[in-house]
Amino acid sequence: MHTQTLKKEKSESVKSERITGSEAIIRCLLAEGVNTLYGYPGGAIMPVYDELYKYQDKIHHVLTRHEQGAVHAAQGFARISGKVGVAMATSGPGATNLVTGIADAQIDSTPVVCITGQVASHLLGSDAFQETDIVGISTPVTKWNHQITKASEIPEVFAKAFYIAKSGRPGPVLIDITKDAQFEEFDFEYQKCTGVRSYKPYPKVDEKSLKEAAELINKAKKPMVVWGQGVILGKAEEEFKAFIEKAGLPSAWTILGASAIPNSHPLNVGMVGMHGNYAPNLLTNQCDVLIAIGMRFDDRVTGNLQTYAKQAKIIHFEIDPAEVNKNVMVDTPVLGDVKVTLSEIMPMLNENSHDGWRAEFQRLYDIEFKKIIEHDLYPTKDGLTMGEVLKEVNLQTRGMAAIVSDVGQHQMIACRYANFNVSKSNITSGGLGTMGFALPAAIGAKMGAPEREVVAIIGDGGYQMTIQELGTIFQTKVPVKILVLNNEFLGMVRQWQQLFFDKRYASTEMINPDFVTIAKGYHIPAQKVTKREDLTAAVKEMIECEGPYFLEVAVEKEDNVFPMIPSGASVSDIRLE
Amino acid sequence: MNNEIKPFTVSVYTENSIGLLNRISAIFQRRHINIESINTSVSEIPGVSRFTILVEVTEEQIKKIIGQIEKQVEVIKAYYHTDEQTIYQESCMIKIKSSVLLENQKVQNLIKDNGARIVTANKEFFVIEKSGRKSEIDQLYRDLSHYGIMQFVRSGRIAITKDEMKITEMLSAFYQ
Ligand SMILES: Cc1ncc(C[n+]2csc(CCOP(=O)(O)OP(=O)(O)O)c2C)c(N)n1
Repeated sequence: MHTQTLKKEKSESVKSERITGSEAIIRCLLAEGVNTLYGYPGGAIMPVYDELYKYQDKIHHVLTRHEQGAVHAAQGFARISGKVGVAMATSGPGATNLVTGIADAQIDSTPVVCITGQVASHLLGSDAFQETDIVGISTPVTKWNHQITKASEIPEVFAKAFYIAKSGRPGPVLIDITKDAQFEEFDFEYQKCTGVRSYKPYPKVDEKSLKEAAELINKAKKPMVVWGQGVILGKAEEEFKAFIEKAGLPSAWTILGASAIPNSHPLNVGMVGMHGNYAPNLLTNQCDVLIAIGMRFDDRVTGNLQTYAKQAKIIHFEIDPAEVNKNVMVDTPVLGDVKVTLSEIMPMLNENSHDGWRAEFQRLYDIEFKKIIEHDLYPTKDGLTMGEVLKEVNLQTRGMAAIVSDVGQHQMIACRYANFNVSKSNITSGGLGTMGFALPAAIGAKMGAPEREVVAIIGDGGYQMTIQELGTIFQTKVPVKILVLNNEFLGMVRQWQQLFFDKRYASTEMINPDFVTIAKGYHIPAQKVTKREDLTAAVKEMIECEGPYFLEVAVEKEDNVFPMIPSGASVSDIRLE
Repeated sequence: MNNEIKPFTVSVYTENSIGLLNRISAIFQRRHINIESINTSVSEIPGVSRFTILVEVTEEQIKKIIGQIEKQVEVIKAYYHTDEQTIYQESCMIKIKSSVLLENQKVQNLIKDNGARIVTANKEFFVIEKSGRKSEIDQLYRDLSHYGIMQFVRSGRIAITKDEMKITEMLSAFYQ
């Protein structure tokens, strides 16, 4: 690596000191402000674990029960705290177990640094015991990765790794370190990285495009905003709120954008996408100016691109130039960090309220309420609905909880019905749709924001993908609330089978174990609810419990999530039944 | 935008680091695009490498690919060019039996007329080198194949643009 390609923060008293590579790794982490990391030991990373033993009072290592759990926990930590999450694993199987989480972090732009041990450098490429080419394997799913074979490279590579993971559009970085480099001694000194020559994380803001965008917004009769996680990642919640309020813009969110402004905000018109709200989906094809902010036109949001917002002029506020015109052709791209671009456009905007156009959203909401929401939240049939469970969670947490959801029907229900009153409250696997995400991510989220109530909402399928993390919860006593919505099916797949495969329920029915006994086996207080009249008390008990708690709710087996845009259909073809 | 499939030469200026070839080629692979040829070498700037990649795609595709390439941390800048905008060359080496060359005036003329060069010669074989456009190399190959070719190898395309590429200025901006 070329030293001249990095910019380093000037620090005055950099004294060098002779230490081992492993100790250097810990010192780098401390210098980057890391106090919690998630991981699993093994032969090729043992020297680092040995050092951790020495630094126990400064750095909390959380032993997850599987390396996938370690990355997801690091992701949960990063998503709620806005800091970089760190996960560590040994070589070979330890490293490959990280890959799902790394891919998830990549597609959801989550800043994590993964550290993997590697066989000694003289064994590289020899199919040595527990050797895998993790740098090769992780290349397509990392923002950057690097293999260290000499201890002296450690400070510079770590500094660069943290800088890359968190700057610009954040993402996962992997550092692979050979065992000999962990033992080797060298003169350690650390300087933070503040720039990499070939890497431009913040595109230059172009005054002309801001003017053009402002003009379009000022002239619009039926403008509509769709915002994504970029608002949260850019810490631009305030700027965003001021922007939509000044111009009176009805605004909808993608699931990763959820919670940037409270659901109750009068300009918040709900969620777009496959199971999003009726109004914003339908009106996407009626608005005259579509303002996309920090979102990437995922196919779950756009449906068929041939029929997506064809009538509208499209403005795209975006930090990643590769996202512009990737899926949807844009009339006015506004490149830059949204915190900057949204505040710079403010003086150019006219005040407006768009009352008539906003009433249209309300009219369609009323239709959706009658047809769907009412039945989900205030059911009259016997079986419990996922929606009413969410409503109960909202009540008991006063809508202040961070919701960590897994993947499936319960996820869509959680996103649809949770009250998001605080930013960074919806922690879910959006882009990859990774079952097994929620339980470990909830552990990380609670550690990243101990002051917040963290409730994991999980299906009976996804729960069993990382159920072993109950062990981590027991051992660390991290007070996460686990709520399993058990429909005894891989519900979301069953829904598709019902709607598109003639109800042929191939391999989606689940015979489940006694989850309460399992939780109790891990010494976690637990309870199962099967009747509506017991729901309120049970949710209350869960929220009031000081430690971790497990609650299982037996919900209706064959409920479906609506509205729904069938895969590949137009957003206008959104179905209410 | 023009949706016709045609050859584009992609020039990528990068830091000289391990594993970058993997990252760059994966961008094409993910989109199921075949790389016609790829060449990497040093560039005019110390410590900066240059990839020259030839692909046949539409302009819309190549624009998106350039975006993905530039997104890589160690890529300094990527460009795409049509054939008209570049001066490009390939190079090949052909090994033929010495007897073929020595006993056949036509073969000697082919080499001379094509501006090919004899790299080495011994009792058994001659190695001939030619640089030029793909079509010229194809033609020489076809002509010589009548007489028996022992080995043939061709390089990837290398290209220089007619326009200036202002990499040095971009790099110096970093240090300010
Ligand atoms: C790792 C992984 N495997 C498979 C899938 C495909 N998948 C998406 S939703 C789903 C069903 C989820 O079932 P469950 O966890 O019980 O939740 P429910 O839909 O019933 O709420 C499946 C199998 C996935 N998203 N992730």
